[in-house]
Amino acid sequence: MTAQYTSDEMMTITASRALNNNSTCFVGIGLPSAAANLARLTHAPGITLIYESGTIETKPQILPLSIGDGELCESALTTVAVPEMFRYWLQGGHIDVGFLGTAQVDRYGNINTTVIAASHNPEGPDGAHCYANPRVRLPGGGGAPEISTNAKEVIITVRHSKRTFVKNVDFITTLGYGRDGQARRGKTTIGKGPTLVISDLCILKPETETNELMVVSLHPGVTKDQVIEATGWDIRFADALATTDLPTQNEIDVLRELKRVTEAAHSQLENAQ
Amino acid sequence: MTVFTTLSHAIANGVKDGDTVAMEGFTHLIPFAAGHEIIRQQRRRLTLVRMTPDLIYDQLVGAGCVSKLIFSWGGNPGVGSLHRVRDAIENAYPAPLEIEEHSHAAMANAYEAGASGLPMAVFRGYVGSDLQHVNPNIKSVTCPFTGEVLAAVPAIKPDVGIIHAQKADRAGNVLIEGILGVQKEVVLSTAYSIVTVEEIVDDLQAGPNSCVLPAWTINAIATVPLGAKPSYAQGYYPRDNSYYKKWDGISREREPFQKWLDEEVFGAGE
Repeated sequence: MTAQYTSDEMMTITASRALNNNSTCFVGIGLPSAAANLARLTHAPGITLIYESGTIETKPQILPLSIGDGELCESALTTVAVPEMFRYWLQGGHIDVGFLGTAQVDRYGNINTTVIAASHNPEGPDGAHCYANPRVRLPGGGGAPEISTNAKEVIITVRHSKRTFVKNVDFITTLGYGRDGQARRGKTTIGKGPTLVISDLCILKPETETNELMVVSLHPGVTKDQVIEATGWDIRFADALATTDLPTQNEIDVLRELKRVTEAAHSQLENAQ
Repeated sequence: MTVFTTLSHAIANGVKDGDTVAMEGFTHLIPFAAGHEIIRQQRRRLTLVRMTPDLIYDQLVGAGCVSKLIFSWGGNPGVGSLHRVRDAIENAYPAPLEIEEHSHAAMANAYEAGASGLPMAVFRGYVGSDLQHVNPNIKSVTCPFTGEVLAAVPAIKPDVGIIHAQKADRAGNVLIEGILGVQKEVVLSTAYSIVTVEEIVDDLQAGPNSCVLPAWTINAIATVPLGAKPSYAQGYYPRDNSYYKKWDGISREREPFQKWLDEEVFGAGE
């Protein structure tokens, strides 16, 4: 019998599988945080999770609402100051995987969390033009610009739609492979960049040489047309297109339990106040 | 030299119109009570520095105290936008707001440079980011030893630095525990530092490697229990997540925000 699951659960579970037991992972809030903790609670109990608030080897029992919740500090091996986190631990080369969410991602894995533009420069992608002409102001870069270049590699997880998967991001907050796909070429002091993008429809990887994101695996029941319809560029599919493994019952149970205790803890706190 | 004082005296003596003020606390120990006192004393034209502006700067901007914001992540964590900040940027209400936008790594490095007495911070950052095209304070330097091009930003050296901590002893030494953010750097980089604390104790009971700020690094200490609410103080009270959610409704429109200001800030105080 096939387990019942939502597309969001499929995405989180698939993203969790991308992490392994020996990784040190710098975790963004939201979708990445859920997936990273699911990995820790299932196949990767030894994974080291690090949050930009300075918490190292944290093992939260409930998912944090903010990047600096007390739960992250209380369950951490140690907590360091924020300059030390960014200088020694991230820039110093101790992070294997940066795990990021985003508002927009483009075909070269560039990330925009700064601004959705009201108008575009007709001559081509122009972050400064978009910045000066905002339609929706987003929170900004936070830790991502340096996570993306100082971690050895980057995994991105984001829901699939034409609004999120765009041909060119309005503003490169955080480098993927740049406007031409070649921005990391010859740069020996920064990481590999995005190696995997996981959405609620499929898994994408940058193509060798061009670094353009291609679909390498469709989630069970998802069609090529659905992905084409939800992507803002002429998306290509790998010749050896795979089907993503179904979630196991255990993965679904653990994820739902994590969400349940998180909601219960947050509402308990709210009722107490 | 530390002076034990009231919050209103500390702000009256320390914060002048036009000052550059850093009020820090990375999600944890955010000095909300001090922010409200600045609003009550109606300071104007402040440049506010903070990695994550959070509700505290939304309130100060909405109250008309601010003319410039230097930041690296401007949202209501886990909830959404800072509506008062957006109204100021988009509509110049209640006053025009200039912004200078960075990444967390840049600001953390800039605070550390300020505390180190350096004019600038050097780090491996902003590679390929458009932020360097919209912020003239993001520049680069070439390493004289390796030739690597690195990012450079000016050190942060505020006129006034304000933080909240768990406790001070009777001599004015301050202990911070939990998520430390950039609080030590703020106090050491600033011309005038104000610390609000949950309580005064006889003995800090600090371990040898604890984050302790000696009394002689602090200009004014005020005891303000619950001074970080609705953020949290590790060991004292948890983050009031429901308030962060509620703020979305309070701040979205000008009228409910003004009502909140009148009732919760101008109607309160010492």
